[in-house]
Amino acid sequence: MTMNRQETEQLIQEVLEVYPEATGKQRAKHLMANDPTIEKSSKCIVANKKALPGVMTARGCAYAGAKGVVWGPVKDVANISHGPVGCGQFSRAGRRNYITGHSGVNVFADMNFTSDFQEKDVVFGGDKKLAKLIAEIDTLFPLVKGITVQSECPIGLIGDDIEAVAKKSAKDIGKTVVPVRCEGFRGVSQSLGHHVANDSLRDWVLHNRDDDDSFESTPYDVAITGDYNIGGDAWSSRVLMEEIGLRVIAQWSGDGSMPEMQTTRHAKLNLLHCYRSMNYISRHLEEKYGIPYLEYNFFGPTQIATSLRKIASFFDETIQENAERAIARHQPTMEAIIAKYRPRLEGKRVMLFVGGLRPRHIIGAYEDLGMEIIGAGYEFAHNDDYDRTFKELQDGALIYDDATSFELEAFVERLKPDLIGSGIKEKYVFHKMGIPFRQMHSWDYSGPYHGYDGFAIFARDMDMTINNPCWKNMQAPWKQPMNAEAARAAA
Amino acid sequence: MPNVMLRNNAAGELVLYITKKDHEETVVSLEHAGPGAWGGEMQLSDGSRFYLEPFAQTPKLPLSVRVKRL
Repeated sequence: MTMNRQETEQLIQEVLEVYPEATGKQRAKHLMANDPTIEKSSKCIVANKKALPGVMTARGCAYAGAKGVVWGPVKDVANISHGPVGCGQFSRAGRRNYITGHSGVNVFADMNFTSDFQEKDVVFGGDKKLAKLIAEIDTLFPLVKGITVQSECPIGLIGDDIEAVAKKSAKDIGKTVVPVRCEGFRGVSQSLGHHVANDSLRDWVLHNRDDDDSFESTPYDVAITGDYNIGGDAWSSRVLMEEIGLRVIAQWSGDGSMPEMQTTRHAKLNLLHCYRSMNYISRHLEEKYGIPYLEYNFFGPTQIATSLRKIASFFDETIQENAERAIARHQPTMEAIIAKYRPRLEGKRVMLFVGGLRPRHIIGAYEDLGMEIIGAGYEFAHNDDYDRTFKELQDGALIYDDATSFELEAFVERLKPDLIGSGIKEKYVFHKMGIPFRQMHSWDYSGPYHGYDGFAIFARDMDMTINNPCWKNMQAPWKQPMNAEAARAAA
Repeated sequence: MPNVMLRNNAAGELVLYITKKDHEETVVSLEHAGPGAWGGEMQLSDGSRFYLEPFAQTPKLPLSVRVKRL
């Protein structure tokens, strides 16, 4: 059942009825029925606003955006979670951003460095402790390429001067030390953390090797930005770039490293996957080093082919021919996958509620499998993300910004989708409601989903989730309608 | 006096990006766009207006500048 715009508006009104008047009014601005003809979202949806008190939001904090998303995957730096021990511990190794290398030798991203704040540090300040900690890391792990100081809430509250400590320590140990002012209370969601982390890269890291020209660049150098290598995503994207003759000189930041980031300035084109979290640094790279950026989408064969052609159009004819050849080479495999899974998935209806990019990017992959997106929403998108979303979604689809857990459950009860793609906080709620669910932040312990290799895994995962026999056993045996055999036995 | 970045988008239009607000709008009119002077009053697609101290020559874009909100 596809809803038209009026029906969707009607549904939104009905769901909003339970709220107190003021809350309902505020929330109404975050919900809408899609109209693909709209170019500018600022008139019809409000985004990136503080969640209301009393509702359950799925959002994270600025620290999550900076330490967890942007800085976390950089493998050769030690990220200090500066503050109490919990933030670092609970954000460690949960995101499945894969890394090559040896822990403690050239990989430090899998460890938890924390200043473990105690009461006395809050009372007397933690700057001395931080300086000691940085020196200690340098002694224990001399191969570390840089150290970042990711502030947790108390640092901002007590007014510690981590910039001063970073400057002094950098001189003492002779390495890059980056203070990141990503206190959790800043901003309305993790989105500000992305911005803060991008700015810290701009101010403390990027320019450090500007006078070093030893890097030999080629006319085919590109950088992959905004790919965090979830389940190996960046690798399955990278092989495609290499197949069409481009050289990937940097990965930001999945399986990326400090030297890669500093040599990014030699790239000819900056390929931007996650616009939401890395557009800031892309804009800076364009202004300072003249590297244009290009948004691409590697979910599903249709989008991959479009993106590969778009990327190739920035280069000469050899690359363009290579791109055509690569697309043709993968075509039969993709057709076989679609032939196998499409009949099992055709017409299934999907609702998505993910971070700041995927609700629009993965639509193509679902459509390649004949599935239909009936609702999509972001936790922390801004209006420019919605500008890009309207075109991708079908007319009348439900759009929800920062949906509260009540709204999401109410929408699901009414729309009865065949699959929900959202995060771990939603997963078990919907499992208990008897609805197939995929955790689309970290691909539900699977992946990669990017690229041609990823699509094969994506199709298999969607099939094994939706067509899992367990969904037929959701009703207790004594509540099921009596079958013929049981009826005979009873008679 | 917001900090903004001026750049040309893929379609070749001039866009103004307000860094702090993370807000991007196309510039629909620019007072001085020709040779000799570049800048002045500009109107955005959402109706807001800004003033940019004119440059003597057309600057290389993208460019971070401070503009005055009108």
